[in-house]
Amino acid sequence: MENLTFENHIASVFDEELEEIRSDLMNMGGQVEQQLEDAVRAICDADSQLAEQVIQRDGKVDKMELAIDEACVLVIARRQPAASDLRLVVAVTRAVADLERIGDEAKKIAKHALELTESGPSPMGYTEVRHLAQSVSQILRNSLDAFARFDADAALVTLEQDKQIDMDYKTALRELVTYMMEDPRSIGRVMSIMWVVRSLERIGDHAKNLCEQVVFIVKGKDIRHSDGH
Amino acid sequence: MAINNDRPIPTQSVGAQFHDNARMSMRDVNIFYGDKQAIFDVSLDIGQNEVMAMIGPSGCGKSTFLRSLNRMNDTIEGCRVVGDIAMDGQDLYDSKLDVVELRARVGMVFQKPNPFPKSIYDNVAYGPKIHGLAESRVDLDEIVESSLRKASLWNEVKDRLHQPGTGLSGGQQQRLCIARAIAVNPEVILMDEPCSALDPIATAKIEELIEELSENFTIAIVTHSMQQAARVSHRTAYFHLGRLIEVNPTEQVFTMPEHELTEGYITGRFG
Repeated sequence: MENLTFENHIASVFDEELEEIRSDLMNMGGQVEQQLEDAVRAICDADSQLAEQVIQRDGKVDKMELAIDEACVLVIARRQPAASDLRLVVAVTRAVADLERIGDEAKKIAKHALELTESGPSPMGYTEVRHLAQSVSQILRNSLDAFARFDADAALVTLEQDKQIDMDYKTALRELVTYMMEDPRSIGRVMSIMWVVRSLERIGDHAKNLCEQVVFIVKGKDIRHSDGH
Repeated sequence: MAINNDRPIPTQSVGAQFHDNARMSMRDVNIFYGDKQAIFDVSLDIGQNEVMAMIGPSGCGKSTFLRSLNRMNDTIEGCRVVGDIAMDGQDLYDSKLDVVELRARVGMVFQKPNPFPKSIYDNVAYGPKIHGLAESRVDLDEIVESSLRKASLWNEVKDRLHQPGTGLSGGQQQRLCIARAIAVNPEVILMDEPCSALDPIATAKIEELIEELSENFTIAIVTHSMQQAARVSHRTAYFHLGRLIEVNPTEQVFTMPEHELTEGYITGRFG
């Protein structure tokens, strides 16, 4: 039963409500992707204006979370969804929480971008940030794609990519520690970069959670906290 | 609810039809009304102290199937039951079987409360009297009280036991019918949409009662309310066009049904 559709309800309004929840989630996903991209660009381009924008736009992401959550609660109250409908609604309420947290991490990155910009230009650690950000953006995009298509196989493949991110994160940390040892004056800056890579790694974890929810919707299996993931 | 379905109807049921500790066992049951076949090759076990919910769209045969479990179909002209229906290994369609006794062992509660036009006391006492379950008036009083208590009605009616049962509210009447069914000490209780004529409060009381009764009785309930099936039953059987499509633990049926026809029905979709 993996050819999921959320259409053809006898009550066609129910179709519309589920579709709205789904498309709102995708919009929120798009918004969060943009926040991540801009936050990373603000660091690498030392663009404090862009960093400010990211910080301001986080409120919009929070509002999206509340609106989608409320729509889910209403669907539960009105329609008492069952089976795949129920799994969709439950998964969406979990997914919006993850997306909101990704938004928060993007905001943190933007705040560090402001600090780094203020302390003057220095390329130290930017390669690590750029490299990790690329993998993290990719895993986020893949997990949102898997959500959009309800593709559990793609979600399972994407889940595995998080392991690479964790490895890249550890490598980046080692590099950053080396910078600090080589030049203690850089400790302040490099600590900021450390927080940034930490945020990126967390975003990878949240993207992984999104994939777990895709598997839950499609296969009805809750693979959170299971071995190997 | 009209279900338009172009997909072929499976001849095999999916899920867990059988039970290790079966109270009632049905095998390859086919039921006909004259030339028209209403039930096709249904095999199913109902376990000891289990609440089995039977759901499905109107005309799917779930009530017909339920009625075959205590031979209520015998009273319908032209109705023919083929296959094995057994309780504790005993063939219920054995010609030597006493049907009146069977219906005491397999009690039934109907959609509309149908108390006898007698007092509350006599409604409950009637069965034990004709089945000779009470040796004395004291015995009978005890049976009436304990049955009304088990049906969660005693406190509401203990001061007016000799008033007519028809004077009670709908929900109380239904609980009176349940008390009447359990007064003869049945092993199985069949319920055919027992709450469809009741308001939500009376429904909640009956549902709570079903939960309590399942400690002592085996219960099969036909319901149009899927939420009710989800709330009260241990296993759920989904019927579609006379066939048993799926039987699975209730929590599975309502979160991850195995068959797409079940999914379609419980999520309120057509074909």
